[in-house]
Amino acid sequence: MSSGTAIRVGSDVLSVQQVAESIVRFGDRYLQRVYTEHEICSATGSPPERAARLAARFAAKEATIKVLRPVGHQPDWRSIEVQRHAEGWCTMALSGHAATLAEQAGITDLAVSLTHEADVAAAVVVALCDRTEKAEQSGSPLDFMERSGNT
Amino acid sequence: MDEAIRTILAEHGHLPVEVDKLRDEDDLYQAGMTSHASVNVMLALEDEFDIEFPEPMLRKSTFESVAAIRIAISELAGS
Repeated sequence: MSSGTAIRVGSDVLSVQQVAESIVRFGDRYLQRVYTEHEICSATGSPPERAARLAARFAAKEATIKVLRPVGHQPDWRSIEVQRHAEGWCTMALSGHAATLAEQAGITDLAVSLTHEADVAAAVVVALCDRTEKAEQSGSPLDFMERSGNT
Repeated sequence: MDEAIRTILAEHGHLPVEVDKLRDEDDLYQAGMTSHASVNVMLALEDEFDIEFPEPMLRKSTFESVAAIRIAISELAGS
């Protein structure tokens, strides 16, 4: 690791039951304020399975916010997306204010791990921050965003 | 308005303390409200007061206390 590279780690845990209650109470309004279309479509299965998968995605969003360290204006939840790939693994894709925060922090890559049981979901996000790139390439698109196809 | 805000916080805030024991200025996040709970509080406030929080108001500070929520609702209701 070069001297210009730093690592940030964020994690979060969430009750699956709370997400299930939100779906019942607020329905599509809850889903559409928090999750992207891709995330909603990716969270398949029975209602409990769906709630668990969405809870893991929310945990990943919150873990990403901890990595981005916003001051004041919070990114829109939907600007932090968990993209599930056909092989089963997930990556993070940022847009809008979340992408701007990542750029300002010099974040060049994000990795995410999701897990859930019946009652609890959790996520860990790791960010690589290139301080040199932040200084030299401000305004350039982020590598992990290009790879994850978020344009 | 404050009573409705406190009722919503009691129902959706998942706070580990009694809402009635919180002062208007007490920090709800410090009191144990999670980000996910704040989403539910926001949606319930929208239902109760027939408003919609625009994206620029989606700051932690908007929902950090009873007093802050009251100010936010007043701004939206008056706009």
